[in-house]
Amino acid sequence: MDNLVEIRDLTITFAHSVDVVTGLDLDIPAGKTLCLVGESGCGKSVTAKAILQVIDHPGRVSGGAINLRQANGAVLDIAATKPTSPVMRHVRGADIAMIHQEPMSFLSPLYTIGNQISEALTLHRKMSEKEARAEGIRMLEQVGMPDPERRYDSYTFQLSGGQRQRAMIAMALINQPRLLIADEPTTALDVTTQANILDLLAQLQRDSGMAVLFITHDLGVVAEIADEVAVMYLGKIVERGPVKEVLEHPRHPYTRGLLASMPRLDGDFKAPLKAIPGMVPPPALRPTGCSFHPRCEWAVAGFCNMISVLETELGNDHMVACHAYGPQAAKIDKHATRTPAAVAPAERRAESMEPLLSVRDLHKHFPIRSGFFQRQTGAVRAVNDISLDIYPGETLGLVGESGCGKSTLGQTIVGLHRADGGAIRFADGEHEPADLLTARGATAKRLRTDIRMIFQDPTGSLNPRMRVRDIIGEVLQVNSRFSAGEIEAKVQALLSKVGLSPDYAERYPHAFSGGQRQRIAIARALASDPRLVIADEAVSALDVSVQTQIINMMKSLQAEMGLTYLFVSHDLGVIANISDRVAVMYAGRIVEIGSTEAIFRNPRHPYTEALLAAIPGRGVSKPRDRIRLGGHVPDPSQQLVGCSFADRCQYAQPACRAVMPPLEGTADHRFACIRADELRLRTVTGQPELVGA
Amino acid sequence: MGSFMLRRIIYVIPALIAVSLISFLVIAIPPGDFVTRTAELRAAQGDIMPIAEQDAMRRAYGLDLPIMVQYWNWITGVLTRGDFGYSFSFNLPVKDVIWPRLGLTVVLSVASLLFIWVVAIPIGIYSAVRRYSAGDYLATFLGFLGLAIPNFLLALAVMYVAFAWFGMNVGGLFSPEYLEAPWSWDRVLDLLNHLWLPMIVLGTAGTASVIRVIRANLMDELHKPYVTAARAKGKGEFGLLMKYPVRHALNPFVSGQNDIFVEIVSGGTIVAIVMGLQTTGPLLLDALRTQDMYMAASFILMLSVLVVIGTLLSDLLLAWLDPRIRYQQG
Amino acid sequence: MSTFDETTGQVAPIAAVHQRGRGYDGHWALVWQKFLRHRLGVAGGIVVILAYIVALIPEFLAPVTLEAYNPSYSYAPPQAIQWGRDDGEGWRFLPHVTAYKTEIDYNSGRRLFVPDPETVIPIGFFVQGEPYRLLGLIPTDRHLFGAVEAGQPFFLAGADRLGRDILSRTIYGTRISMTIGLIGVALSLVFGILIGGISGLFGGVVDNLIQRFIEFIQSVPAIPLWIGLAAAIPQSVPPLQVYFLITIILSVLGWTSLARVVRGRFLAMRSEDFVKAARLDGCGPVRIIFRHMLPSFLSHIIATVSLAIPGMILAETALSYLGIGLRTPIVSWGVLLQEAQNVRTIASAPWLLLPGGAVVIAVLALNFLGDGLRDAADPYSD
Repeated sequence: MDNLVEIRDLTITFAHSVDVVTGLDLDIPAGKTLCLVGESGCGKSVTAKAILQVIDHPGRVSGGAINLRQANGAVLDIAATKPTSPVMRHVRGADIAMIHQEPMSFLSPLYTIGNQISEALTLHRKMSEKEARAEGIRMLEQVGMPDPERRYDSYTFQLSGGQRQRAMIAMALINQPRLLIADEPTTALDVTTQANILDLLAQLQRDSGMAVLFITHDLGVVAEIADEVAVMYLGKIVERGPVKEVLEHPRHPYTRGLLASMPRLDGDFKAPLKAIPGMVPPPALRPTGCSFHPRCEWAVAGFCNMISVLETELGNDHMVACHAYGPQAAKIDKHATRTPAAVAPAERRAESMEPLLSVRDLHKHFPIRSGFFQRQTGAVRAVNDISLDIYPGETLGLVGESGCGKSTLGQTIVGLHRADGGAIRFADGEHEPADLLTARGATAKRLRTDIRMIFQDPTGSLNPRMRVRDIIGEVLQVNSRFSAGEIEAKVQALLSKVGLSPDYAERYPHAFSGGQRQRIAIARALASDPRLVIADEAVSALDVSVQTQIINMMKSLQAEMGLTYLFVSHDLGVIANISDRVAVMYAGRIVEIGSTEAIFRNPRHPYTEALLAAIPGRGVSKPRDRIRLGGHVPDPSQQLVGCSFADRCQYAQPACRAVMPPLEGTADHRFACIRADELRLRTVTGQPELVGA
Repeated sequence: MGSFMLRRIIYVIPALIAVSLISFLVIAIPPGDFVTRTAELRAAQGDIMPIAEQDAMRRAYGLDLPIMVQYWNWITGVLTRGDFGYSFSFNLPVKDVIWPRLGLTVVLSVASLLFIWVVAIPIGIYSAVRRYSAGDYLATFLGFLGLAIPNFLLALAVMYVAFAWFGMNVGGLFSPEYLEAPWSWDRVLDLLNHLWLPMIVLGTAGTASVIRVIRANLMDELHKPYVTAARAKGKGEFGLLMKYPVRHALNPFVSGQNDIFVEIVSGGTIVAIVMGLQTTGPLLLDALRTQDMYMAASFILMLSVLVVIGTLLSDLLLAWLDPRIRYQQG
Repeated sequence: MSTFDETTGQVAPIAAVHQRGRGYDGHWALVWQKFLRHRLGVAGGIVVILAYIVALIPEFLAPVTLEAYNPSYSYAPPQAIQWGRDDGEGWRFLPHVTAYKTEIDYNSGRRLFVPDPETVIPIGFFVQGEPYRLLGLIPTDRHLFGAVEAGQPFFLAGADRLGRDILSRTIYGTRISMTIGLIGVALSLVFGILIGGISGLFGGVVDNLIQRFIEFIQSVPAIPLWIGLAAAIPQSVPPLQVYFLITIILSVLGWTSLARVVRGRFLAMRSEDFVKAARLDGCGPVRIIFRHMLPSFLSHIIATVSLAIPGMILAETALSYLGIGLRTPIVSWGVLLQEAQNVRTIASAPWLLLPGGAVVIAVLALNFLGDGLRDAADPYSD
C-alpha cells in the first residue's frame, strides 16, 4: 500500500512526564479517508496535532517518527524537524492542512474570512492580493458557500455554523494539500448540516485525491465517510482495518463495545444497549498490561493486566491489539460476557388512559429589547402554539435541531420560563388535576416535587460549593418535613440507586467525572419521588459509553419507579432507543408526533424525512437518492404565514406558503403537512442497513 | 460604523452636561465663598472686613445669586462666548489663565500616554511570550513597584536624586528665561528638555498597569485555537504572534486606555504641584484653597472634558479595531 | 488504579484514586489551598497582617510617643546601632547609640551632626518609657525597644524639623493609613453591593441607568474631584471628622468598580444551571441568594476589596501630602510626608521619606495579597 504518512512508535508527553500517546503506529494511506475513532481522552486530537507539530504547551513529541512522503518522493521525519523551521512551515498548510471542531474559535473574529483564507495562500505561494482574492472566492464557491463574493468579506460572527465550517474547509484546502486532517469537524453541527459537510468532504476528497485523516467519536460518521478505520484507546491503536471489515467484523472488545453501545436505527430500536463499563481513565493512571483490561469483559486476571499487548495481523489488512487474538489466545474466553442488567420493558400505556400531562396551545415568546429604555421591538417565538399529551409511564422523545424551541418547551413546562399563553394540565390520578401555569401554594409545591428536571451540563447544574448530600437533599429540605436523618438515609439510597457509592454523599461535585455528575443530577431529580422527569439533553455532553450507561440506568429507573420521561434531545439515535413516542419540533412548532415506530418507519412530514436522511452511517447511497436540507431555520422573530418549513422543503407548493398546516392525523400519529397524503416519504429503514449485522 | 460613531458622539453630550454641573457644584455648594475666604485672610492680618463691604463684594461678583443661576450664567458664558468667568484672585478673565495651562496639560498627558505605550507594550509582549523567564520576573516586579509608588513620592524621589547626585534643580516645564517668552523653536526645545522627567514620573504607574494588562491578556490569547489554526497554516512564529495574539490582546488594552488616561490627567495634578509644572495642577489647588470659584470650576470642567474626549477617542479606536463592536452595535 | 466493581457495574471514581481526600474539601478549603500555592500572595498576606498588628498597638512598638520632641535634634540623621563598646577594659556587649554634637559648617552655613562617642545611650528591649494604655485598656509604660533611660535621644530613622522621631511617627501613622483604606473600602462595599445588587437583580432600564451612571463617574478624573471635595472641608472642622469626611470622599468614587463586579457576578450567576436547579428545588429568593449565589462570589468580592484598599491608601497619602486631607494632630503617612515639601529639605534630610517607604511596602503587600486572592477565588479552574 502507498502510505502518505507513516507514524512509528510515536510517544507524546505532557506535564509531569505523563505519556498521552505511547508507542503509536499508524499509516495514513494516500488518497483515502482514514477515520481515527475513540472516546475523548484517548489521544486522537493530540496525535493529529503532532503530525503538524502544533501540540499545545506543555505537550511535546518525546519519541518516535512521523515520516511524511513529500511531493518529490523524499521522506521527511516530522518528529525530528524543528517546529519553527521553514521546512516544517512549508509542510503545514501546503502539504498537510487541518480543520477543527469549532470554527468559531479556530477562526479569528477580528479578520474577515477572506483575509484568513488568502493568508493561507500567500504564505505558500507568491501572488498578488487580487489573485489571492479571486482564488479565495473560487475556493469558497467550491466548498458551497452561498454568495461567495460577499461572504469573502464577512467576519465569522456573521456566518452560520455550517458556513463557518465551509470557510475553514476552504482555508485548509486552498493550497491543495495532500493530507487533510479533520478533527471532529461536524460534532458541533446540527445533523442536517453535518450531512451536508460530510457530503462536501467526501466529494472534495474524491475530486482532489487527497488523503483525509478524519477524527471522530461517532461510528455513524465513520460508516459514512471512512475507507479505513483505526480505533484508538488510551494512546494506542487497538484495531485497524478497512471500514467494512472493522464495522462488520469488529474484533477488539473495545470496538465491539463501542458498536454495541451505539443506538441502532435498524431492527428493534428499543433493544437494550450494551454499555462499556467505566470510563477512559486519565493517561497518568494508564492500567498495566492491556490498558483496556479494567473495562474488558474478556479480561483474564493475572494475564491481561500483566502482559502488554502486541499487534496481531488477521489478514485483509485487519490488525487488532488484543490478547484474545495473540499467541496466548487460548487463555481467553471470547464468549465471556457481563450480562447487562435486565431492563424490564416499560409497560405500554392502556389506550384509554388519561394523560399525565396535557399541554394545550402553549406559547412562549422571548421579547427582543433594544435601545436605552429597553423597549420591546419584537419577539422570538420559541414555543409557538404547542399542544401535546404525555401518558403515565411512557417516554416522550422531543427532537429537533438547535434553536427549534425544544429546550424552551421543556423549561416552560417545568416552570423556568413563564408561559405567555395556553395551559398545562397535570393529572396524576391521586390529586385533583392542576394547571401548572396557575397553581399556587401547596399545589405548586406538590407539582414542584412531582415534575423534575435533569439539565444538560452536569458541571454547571451542580453547585460546586455544596456537598453531594446537600445537592440531592435540598429539594427534600425545602419542600417536606423530613428530619435530617431521614434525608441522609434517602440520599444514601438514591446514590446507590444511580450506581454510586453511598459514601460519596460527603464529597463535593469536583471530585467526580462527567458521567458520575450526571448520575448525581439524576439522583437529585429523583429525590422527591417525582412522576414526570424532563431530561433536557441529559446525555448529550457525555461520551458514547457513558451515555449508554446513563440511558440504560434511566430506563431501569423508569421501570422501577414508574417514572414518566419527557426526553429532549437532538440525537435521533438516542431518541429512537429511549422513546415510546416521539415529537418532532421545527421553528417553535410540533410538525409531527407519533409512536417511535411510526416516526422512524413511516414519517409523514418532509422535515422528519430530511432529519432521518441526515443521520450518518446509512451506508453509501447514490447522491441522487439523498435528501439534504439547504438554507436555514427561519428567523424566529419573524411572524410567518404558511408552513415554516416551506422554504427548505423540496415538496413545497404555493399552497404551503398560504396557510399554516394544522397538526392532523390519527390519535397515534399526527403531522402538520398539507401534502402528507400525496407524498411517499422515505423511512429510516428504507435505506441500506446502518452498520454491522 | 458611521451610525455607531454618531451615536457614540451624541452620548458625549449628556456626559459633558453632567460633568459641568458637578464641576460647578463641587465648588459652589460647600459653605463659604471667595469673599469669606478673603475676609478670613484679611482678619488674620488684623484687618476686619465690614459685612456691608463683604455684601457689596458678593454683589459685584454675582455671588449673591442662587447657585443654579450662577451655574447657568457661567455655563452659557462658556458655551456661547468661551468666557469662563472671572478669576477673583488673579483679577483676570479665567480664559486668559486657563488656555496656556491647559495646552501644557494636554502636551504632558499625551506625552505620558505615548511613553507608556512605547515602554509597556514591548515589555508586556516580551513578558507574556517569555513567561517565567528572568526578564519576565524583573518586569513583573518593576510593574508591581510602579503601581505601589505614589506619583508624588516618585516625583520627590526623582527630584531628590537629580538635585543631590547631579546638582540639577529640576522642576517646572521651562527654564526661567523661557518662562514668559513667546513661543519659539528654542522655547519648544526647552520644553522638551524639561518635559521628559515629569512624563516618566507620570507614566510609571500607567506603564506598570499596562504591562500587567498586556501580559495577562496575551497569555490568554497565546494558546487560543485560532493561533493553532494559523500556525497549522504555516505562518512564521513572529508574524503569527503579531497578527493573532497581540492583535487580539490589543482590544482589552485599548479599552483600558481610558482608565489610564483618567489616571494620567488625575495624577498629573499632583505631580504638577510637586514638580512646580506650569500646567493646571498648581493653579487648581490654589483656586480651591482661595475658593476662586470660576477658576476652580473651569479647571475641573476642562480636565473632565479632556477625559471625556479621551474616552470617546478610545471607544472609537476600539470600534475601529474590533469588527464585533462595529457590526453588532453599529 | 481504577477497579471494576462487579456489583454496581461501575469503575471506581477517579476521585478515589488520584485526588484522595480532595473530594471532601469544600469551597473555602480549596480557595485556601490554591492561595497557599501563590507564594507572593502569602508573603503579601503576612506583611499585611503585620501592618495591621502595628496599627493595633503602635504605642507599644514605637520607642517614643507622638508628642516627644527634642529641638536640638532638628533634622538629626539616623543614629547607627552599635553592639558593644571598648571601655578600656576590653570589649563589652552593650547595644547603644551615640548622641550627636552639632557643628556649624561655615562653608555651607549648615548645621552638621557629628556622633559624640563619649555620650553613650544604651538601648534595649522592653524598656520603660512614657506611660500609655495598650489597646486603650491596659495601662503600661513598656515599649518594645528604645533608650533604656527614657527621654534620651534615640532616632533610629532620624528626626524631623521639630526633632521628633520619624520611626515612631511612622509607626503611629500606620494606624490611620491602614484603617482609612479599610473603612473607605467598607463604605464602598456597602454602596457597591447595594447598587450593584439592585442593578443585577432588576436589570432592564434600572440596570441601564445605573451602568451609564457608573461609566460617567468612572470617567471623571478622580484626583481633581477629590481635591475639590477635600478642599471644601472648612478648616474649622475637627480632625476626627475630617478623617471620616475624607473616607467618604474616597468612597464616593471608589464604589463603582465594586458595584460592577457585584453586578457582573449577579448576572452571570442568575443564568447558572445550578441556580435554576435550586429554583426548581423550590428555594425562595432569599435562600437562593444566600445559599447559592452569595457564597459563589464572596471570594471574588474579597479579592476585589483587597485590591481596592491600596488605591484608597494612595489617595489619602496624596491628599494629606497636599495639605487638604488629614491634618495634624492626626498622624498618617501622608501627613508625615508633608514635612518633605521641597527638594532642598529632602536633600538635607532624605529620611523624611521613610513614611513613603511604608506606603510603598503596604501597597505592594496589599497588591500581592489581592492578586493571590483573585487567583484563588475560583479554585475550580486550574
